[in-house]
Amino acid sequence: MTWETVVGLEVHCELATKTKLFCSCPNEFGAEPNTSVCPVCLGLPGSLPVLNEAVVEYALRVGEALHCRVPETSIFHRKNYFYPDMPKNFQISQYDEPVCVDGYLDIPGVGGVPRDAGGRVGIERAHIEEDTGKTLHVGAGGRIHDADHSLVDYNRAGVPLMEIVSRPDIRSSEEARAYVTELRAVLEAIGVSDVKMEEGSLRIDANVSLREEGTEVLGTKVEIKNMNSLRSLARALEFEVARQAAVLAEGGRITQETRHWDEEAGRTHPLRSKEEAFDYRYFPEPDLVPLAPPAEWQERVRASMPELPSARRRRLVEEWGISDHDAGVLLTSGLADYAGAAVAAGAPGREVTNWVVGDLLAYIHGGHARAPGVNETGADRSDLALTAEDLAELVGLVGNGILSRPLAKEVLAAALAGEGTPRQIAAARGLAQVSDEAELVAVVDGVLSASPAEVARYRDGDEKERKKLRGFFMGKVMAATKGRGNPQVLNRLLDERLPAG
Amino acid sequence: MTGTDGLVGRTATELAALVRAAEVSATEVTDAHLARIDAYDGGIRSFLYRADAEARERAAEIDAARSRGEDLGPLAGVPVAVKDVLTTRGLPTTCGSRILEGWRPPYDATVITRLRAAGAVLVGKTNMDEFAMGSSTENSAFFPTANPWDTTRVPGGSSGGSASAVAAGFSPLAIGTDTGGSIRQPAALCGVVGVKPTYGRVSRYGLVAYASSLDQAGGLATTVADAALLLEVIWGHDPADSTSIPTVPEPVRPTLEDGVAGLRVGIITELTETDGIQPEVAAAVEAARAILEEAGAEVDKVSVPSVEYGLSAYYIIAPAEASSNLARYDGVRYGLRRQAADVGTMNALTREAGFGAEVKRRIMIGTYALSAGYYDAYYGQAQRVRTLIINDFARAYEHFDVLLSPTSPTTAFPLGAKVDDPLAMYLSDVCTVPTNLAGAPGISVPAGLDGDGLPLAVQVVAPALHEAVMFRAARALERGFEFTARPRLGAS
Amino acid sequence: MTSRITRADVEHVARLARLALSEEEIEQFTVQLAQILEHAANVEALDTADVAPTAHPIPIANVMRPDEPRPGLPRDEVLAMAPDAEDGRFRVPRIVDYGDTPNPGDYSDPGREEQC
Repeated sequence: MTWETVVGLEVHCELATKTKLFCSCPNEFGAEPNTSVCPVCLGLPGSLPVLNEAVVEYALRVGEALHCRVPETSIFHRKNYFYPDMPKNFQISQYDEPVCVDGYLDIPGVGGVPRDAGGRVGIERAHIEEDTGKTLHVGAGGRIHDADHSLVDYNRAGVPLMEIVSRPDIRSSEEARAYVTELRAVLEAIGVSDVKMEEGSLRIDANVSLREEGTEVLGTKVEIKNMNSLRSLARALEFEVARQAAVLAEGGRITQETRHWDEEAGRTHPLRSKEEAFDYRYFPEPDLVPLAPPAEWQERVRASMPELPSARRRRLVEEWGISDHDAGVLLTSGLADYAGAAVAAGAPGREVTNWVVGDLLAYIHGGHARAPGVNETGADRSDLALTAEDLAELVGLVGNGILSRPLAKEVLAAALAGEGTPRQIAAARGLAQVSDEAELVAVVDGVLSASPAEVARYRDGDEKERKKLRGFFMGKVMAATKGRGNPQVLNRLLDERLPAG
Repeated sequence: MTGTDGLVGRTATELAALVRAAEVSATEVTDAHLARIDAYDGGIRSFLYRADAEARERAAEIDAARSRGEDLGPLAGVPVAVKDVLTTRGLPTTCGSRILEGWRPPYDATVITRLRAAGAVLVGKTNMDEFAMGSSTENSAFFPTANPWDTTRVPGGSSGGSASAVAAGFSPLAIGTDTGGSIRQPAALCGVVGVKPTYGRVSRYGLVAYASSLDQAGGLATTVADAALLLEVIWGHDPADSTSIPTVPEPVRPTLEDGVAGLRVGIITELTETDGIQPEVAAAVEAARAILEEAGAEVDKVSVPSVEYGLSAYYIIAPAEASSNLARYDGVRYGLRRQAADVGTMNALTREAGFGAEVKRRIMIGTYALSAGYYDAYYGQAQRVRTLIINDFARAYEHFDVLLSPTSPTTAFPLGAKVDDPLAMYLSDVCTVPTNLAGAPGISVPAGLDGDGLPLAVQVVAPALHEAVMFRAARALERGFEFTARPRLGAS
Repeated sequence: MTSRITRADVEHVARLARLALSEEEIEQFTVQLAQILEHAANVEALDTADVAPTAHPIPIANVMRPDEPRPGLPRDEVLAMAPDAEDGRFRVPRIVDYGDTPNPGDYSDPGREEQC
């Protein structure tokens, strides 16, 4: 029996509007507790919500970017439950008439191989809802469950969120990462959110089930919560899939439940001992009226869409002649604009990409292996001491033969450390590549005359022997030039000066 | 009239004119009414909060403005009592409940802002059934209010404090709120005019919510003209209320005296030819018919069948919305708190202690009606019945301009008579609830006294947004009934 | 569909609604709620198959406001209303599993809760 992984993701995204969803309090991160509140977001008796038009604008952008249909009208519902961080003890959300439905997101091929489904993940719906306040649990134990009391801050209460729900089209943890990465990039590109998982402006819940390969019927799904990074997401999904497979292998049944990902322990555990669907007693929000965005508004949104990541990737592949994979990495590295600026300063796109995707990303990730994806740790991109123009300069130096690639790497490192521009560093360190023909001829001749035995073996040797000796000569010559000899020129000179076989 | 200086018992229209003409000062007007309240409110208990100091201060401001030659608002110097369900910044606002005892809101309701801008002088916050749930003001957590016409009887509810204040001459105007009849029914029982405008006419910002899709603030006064004046001050679009009607309301006063010649009036059979309507109330409706016909109206019967289901639909929709609206009273951010070791228990103990029986009943009904498995059968069905009612009214309005019915099936009943029988109490709203469900305007007009000296009244309702024709018909009835009697009050 | 509302129903609903009813209230409400619901349920009889529900009596749509910040309430005024406050925040007793809502820590939302 082979099991197919079936994953759907629910992504909550905080919208970066200036004010909250239903009141004019500033939507700011990090303000002093309870300093951005008013009767509405505190839910004071008599207060009433009024919808922020920028939230609708952003919702329409999301709908457009995710190829959703915007139904003629959508309405708000109340989701009723008691929790101290919810001032009204209900959340204004959308239930069965959301603002966006039936879209999709194409994700770039995972591992370079396009999925047979065309890399398309269906988007069931996207809707608007208000965020809750924040609670600080105070107590000796240091864990939420050991708290003595709690302290509530309502600054965040009423901040606008969009919840984007995918169809269960995701088939692996890699695809899940790719989906979130791409979705993040799209949301950032359309300017609706700063999508920082570490700050909570992007949150993920997953629904995971297994089904027999080849069947249509979905298995029992388990909801996974508390994955606060892409890495957690992948690890949690992998764990859960393995857990479910083990249960099924023993002939057991999967319990429909919500499970919590424990990052430290590396496992999910159930949140409550029995399955229970909460009774939220949804009903239409009587204090709000339906939302029916006019066609002109939707047209305007359509017309003002920026270049989305998928279109940009395609363009870079075409214009710069780079691979799909590199284009994807570039876009998720956060350095795409930077690379574009380097190209604008005159460097070829392909070269720029190689440097960015290779050396710069390695630097940013602190020396770890190159990893495509969101910059989850590491230096802020804007802090790079090497400007885009500098990079173009470096690429130019290599292209003109002034620096060899290995030396260019040395220069790059120095520039990133803040020693100056590439030109300045190369000059200061005397690293300029030697391409002067006369000088190199002298070096080559010197080396050859110092190694007569090897020259003879070269003349008489077979292809394999000649190749090996060629490396020997090149090494000697490079050493003689302290690594600064222009390899192309040296190769040509060796060709000319070594005896033919 | 027992006012010492002839200012008590005057209409708001008269008082505003006197103040504007500088024939009398706002301070004199205010003092006269505060004195009357001092003299007689002990026996009525219309007020939960007496705003004497604030009232005098405001009156002084009005007088200063007038002496500076500034423009005065249409209600300058006129005392107004406000039901304690509207937020008044810095003044207690309890909604008749222990759970908000002592709470002073940090903001004014839009209605309050508009009253202040018009120069009105707020004399106090009036008693009410807790969170506007009730028809007798006996559900106030603090004390019941008496009917000025007979202090052994109820003033009606939930705006009993406001209705009795106007009836007793404590202020010529009062603000009430009406979700199922809570302005009109107490107005009827207290012999004053009470008007509920079209849903969305008056801002609900600062109106502590009971049932959001039904609540509407409105006015009580001794004359139709005064009620019109008050309504025109407080109504109009408010961007802070998303359900507020965006269009400017057509003023009602210009056409108030235009008469009813040719007006088509329909008497709702389901609300007149039914058991439970006190005979004298039915007779009042007949008298109303005669008055209107004599004034040139065409009066006929009309059937609006689904009004019979109004109460049932109302007692699902209103509690459902209320159960959600009242969830915020949990002891966390304001109001009463009963301590406990965990927050859930704290919520439950606080609400148990803070809410009275009727509020708890309606929260329970509402929670049940919305809960999983019951939504469609209860709430969903009730919202569809609401559509039936709206459709039936629309059909009636194809042949009639306004409709006529009793306001309350009975005159004021004795205190304590219905407190133990919720269903009997709910029946008080049978004539008024359909208009709330339809979002339409309704006005109660005094129609005389019954054999026990208790006020009788009739109700005129009109299609949504048609307050002008409704007021015109009400004025014609007022002219015909010539009701000028006032209750005799005992000293407190 | 009209089911008699049982005592168990009343207890369940009371818990959902956070009402710590007394024994007397539970008994009384079980009777009264059944009466009221039975009366209210006569709407069941009506044929509403072709009828859409009315959420709002007056049809209005698209009410919005501009995305412009305005000052809210000063914190001291806000906390002055609080039954209990600490460190600029509203203080409540500890949150435990009440069985009908998500729990502390249930959220994939690093911003919702913190320990200290």
